[in-house]
Amino acid sequence: MTPLLEILQDIRPECDFSASEDFLADGLLDSMDMVTLVSDLDRTFGISIDGLDIIPEHFANLRTIELLLEKYGVKA
Amino acid sequence: MNFLFDGCALTGLLTVLPSHERSFVDEMANFNFPLKRSLKLKEVMGYDRHRIVQGPVCASDLVCFGLEHLFSHGLLEKDGFDALVLVTQSPDHFIPPTSNVVQGRLGLKQDLLCMDINQGCAGFLIGLFQAFLLLGQPSVRRVVLANVDLLSRKVSPRDRNSYPLIGDAASIAILERQKGAAPIHMNLKMDGTRREALMIPAGGFRQPSSPETAIESEDAEGNFRAPDNLVMDGSAVFNFVQVEVPPMIESLLETAGRSLDEVDAFLFHQPNRFMLEKLADKIGLPRAKMPSNIVEHFGNSSGVTIPLALAFNLREQVLHERIRACLGGFGVGLTWASMLMEIGPLGFCDLIDFQ
Repeated sequence: MTPLLEILQDIRPECDFSASEDFLADGLLDSMDMVTLVSDLDRTFGISIDGLDIIPEHFANLRTIELLLEKYGVKA
Repeated sequence: MNFLFDGCALTGLLTVLPSHERSFVDEMANFNFPLKRSLKLKEVMGYDRHRIVQGPVCASDLVCFGLEHLFSHGLLEKDGFDALVLVTQSPDHFIPPTSNVVQGRLGLKQDLLCMDINQGCAGFLIGLFQAFLLLGQPSVRRVVLANVDLLSRKVSPRDRNSYPLIGDAASIAILERQKGAAPIHMNLKMDGTRREALMIPAGGFRQPSSPETAIESEDAEGNFRAPDNLVMDGSAVFNFVQVEVPPMIESLLETAGRSLDEVDAFLFHQPNRFMLEKLADKIGLPRAKMPSNIVEHFGNSSGVTIPLALAFNLREQVLHERIRACLGGFGVGLTWASMLMEIGPLGFCDLIDFQ
């Protein structure tokens, strides 16, 4: 399991994140989970995701989160 | 808009907190979320304890309690001020203004300007703005600025997005003319097109309260609230703060000819720890220069969080020395404002419990 998937599973163990293309629309994450996720990503990868990047589009699915992390030099 | 004030100073500060304290852990069962998810949120947002009033306590109760404390301790003369500016979103009544309620209850002089301002998270700055304008009048020597909100009475206890962070409190700031005081710079913007991001939909004349407006329904994220309750679009507010506040601070410092390093403390409104830490990072500040501990100790008391942050974190410092502080308020309206001013040494800077 990738570190990213581990973080997501830790937030919502009951959800299958690899099967969704839109975590928010499918109810896997809500806006508060997004905050928790950002905090976990910051801590795990030693980054600080810019507040302007904390928008639903960047947290839609595994690929969009990976692309966001790449912007901060992280290969998840 | 930019503003500049000369010859004005903050000379004393009192904050009044309800003695009743609730903890997030005790309240988690009220929320429609698994325990583990709520606990993670507690850690990130800084939810821990909050002070909320019990029973039918009103804004004037906290303000009268605070002013009586100042009178009885010889920190303020009962007839020693010429204006009472009271900023609140939770007035005792629609009519009359709560400042007049305070005047009447305490038997204050008639030669006193009483004024209410309906403002929220930027309310301390809007109140200071009004106080400084009044101090430009020859007949006004001293202004009492009271900020007070009791929004726990308007937030659904089953709304996990709002209830854990809400706090009730009041502050009483004394503003006076002072020769040689450093210039105070301020900037301010407002955007009423985004007014619904923070709102209590029912209870005014547009949608009067009724049995129907008290009925709770579940939102898309599992929170329960009624139209009588405060509703906050958390994502919109977060984005607003991250977009608007950093350039506002940059503009303020540029106008004042100061750098970030020349400011001793950044005292910003405190909605939650996460938002403030992201803001500090975005502005390029060490997080230690921007206290973010008010929500975890007391809850978010709207316009009172800035004076509370000053009294709780910097009391000893501002009692004995002068600091250069950047104040920042943002929220309801939407409104965003910042102010660069020197503070201290203050005559008093205290926190007391409302019994």
